[in-house]
Amino acid sequence: MTLPRRRFVLITTCAAVSPASAKPAEVATLIQALVGDASLKDGLIHLDLPVMVENGNAVAMSVSVADPPSPVEAIHVFAEGNPLPRVAVFRFGPRSGAPRVGTRIRLATSQTVIAIAKLRDGSCWRDSVDLLVTLAACIE
Amino acid sequence: MKRVLPLTVAAALLLGAGERRSGYDDAGPETRAMQDDDAANPAFLWVQQGESLWAAVEGAAGKSCASCHGEVARMRGVAARYPAFEPKLNRPVTIEERINLCRVDHMGAPALAWNDDGLLGLSSLIGLQSRGAPVAVEPREPLLSEGAKLFRERMGQLNMSCAQCHEDRAGLKLAGSLIPQAHPNGYPEYRLEWQGMGSLYRRLRNCMIGVRAEPFPPNSREAAALALFLAVRANGMKVETPAVRP
Amino acid sequence: MVRVLINVPKQIRANEPFDVKVLISHPMESGQRRDQVGQPIPRDIINHFIATLDGETVLDADFFPAIAANPFLSFSVVAEKSGTLALTFVDDHGVTQTELAAITVT
Repeated sequence: MTLPRRRFVLITTCAAVSPASAKPAEVATLIQALVGDASLKDGLIHLDLPVMVENGNAVAMSVSVADPPSPVEAIHVFAEGNPLPRVAVFRFGPRSGAPRVGTRIRLATSQTVIAIAKLRDGSCWRDSVDLLVTLAACIE
Repeated sequence: MKRVLPLTVAAALLLGAGERRSGYDDAGPETRAMQDDDAANPAFLWVQQGESLWAAVEGAAGKSCASCHGEVARMRGVAARYPAFEPKLNRPVTIEERINLCRVDHMGAPALAWNDDGLLGLSSLIGLQSRGAPVAVEPREPLLSEGAKLFRERMGQLNMSCAQCHEDRAGLKLAGSLIPQAHPNGYPEYRLEWQGMGSLYRRLRNCMIGVRAEPFPPNSREAAALALFLAVRANGMKVETPAVRP
Repeated sequence: MVRVLINVPKQIRANEPFDVKVLISHPMESGQRRDQVGQPIPRDIINHFIATLDGETVLDADFFPAIAANPFLSFSVVAEKSGTLALTFVDDHGVTQTELAAITVT
């Protein structure tokens, strides 16, 4: 009824997450490259993520910009604690009804997720959420 | 001996003095929101596959599920009764076993593996027809008592029983995760941990590997016994198939 | 060809934004996991998604491995008249798939 020890070790290995993780500095560099000389202010864009994440495999996320002074061209999302810092880029075209998107993302660990909105007038707006990620106790 | 077994079953079925909580009640708001919206519930990708398979002709008999059963809506209430007695095996069988028996005996089609996406598609489609209905499983002996005994039996390197977590410690935390009462009313379900769909059998396997026990083989008597016990224990609770769980 | 579910509201009014919800069956293998013997499982994701209404862009998105398996997307569309919504997505192998949904303006 018991598993051989070697198989036990392998099961825990395949459950392990990659050791490297994007540092906040790396994300800051990416944001700087995105924003360039334009102004970057907090506000206008709203990043909706649960503060307490039940399972990092699928976290419901929505981003929206309410009443932008100029059309929103794109929204960029970054995850400071993931092995790779980029999450997604959403560009809105002429048939878009509103600059908002909902999706589900993966989060490797507790961290800060940042969303940047770039408007046609060149201005950039920022929102972030600090969250805690838990994982399931019994892994297959 | 015969007089003791029903008492064991009754005791195991009582779940202490507290109320019964579905895994839905114990899940976070985002997970529940995913289950509540059929347009956002990934399980419906499997339901869609089930719909295709229901109508597909397969096997030597040249039939589809629909050939005998008609529209799948006619399966309303069926899944709520499973595991149900099957004379051929002289014991209750799970819905997955039942689907495979139909395929082999009536369609001349091969049985599908326990983790086959097609089987999950069919069982989630059929389960969906019972969504909202109360679980109504016959407490058939002797398999029910066998299941009750397995539920309380310590197993694996960690030497733990189902009851130690899911009865004695339901509502407490295990490594940050809330321990549910382990009702099977949402299966097959989309589990975020799996990033995919799985049957109750997959979850039982998961748990047994979790306590470092050799899992019961698929379609085994033990697996059916545990499934029967869990279902009877959940009698009266609403079917939530296809559920979403963390 | 992967399975796709598209949900479009039944009542759509001209020039009033409405939400479309999409589910795509795809493991979105991140490239970060390892298999049973410790070998890295290669990245295999849908990396680009574009929604157009009668040829005009609604949403043009880049996906990275942080997008969860079986990707879900909810986005807003505005239509002047009835038409066809085309959803196209591309994976890491360059395989493209397009799904269509009718937009009926009442």
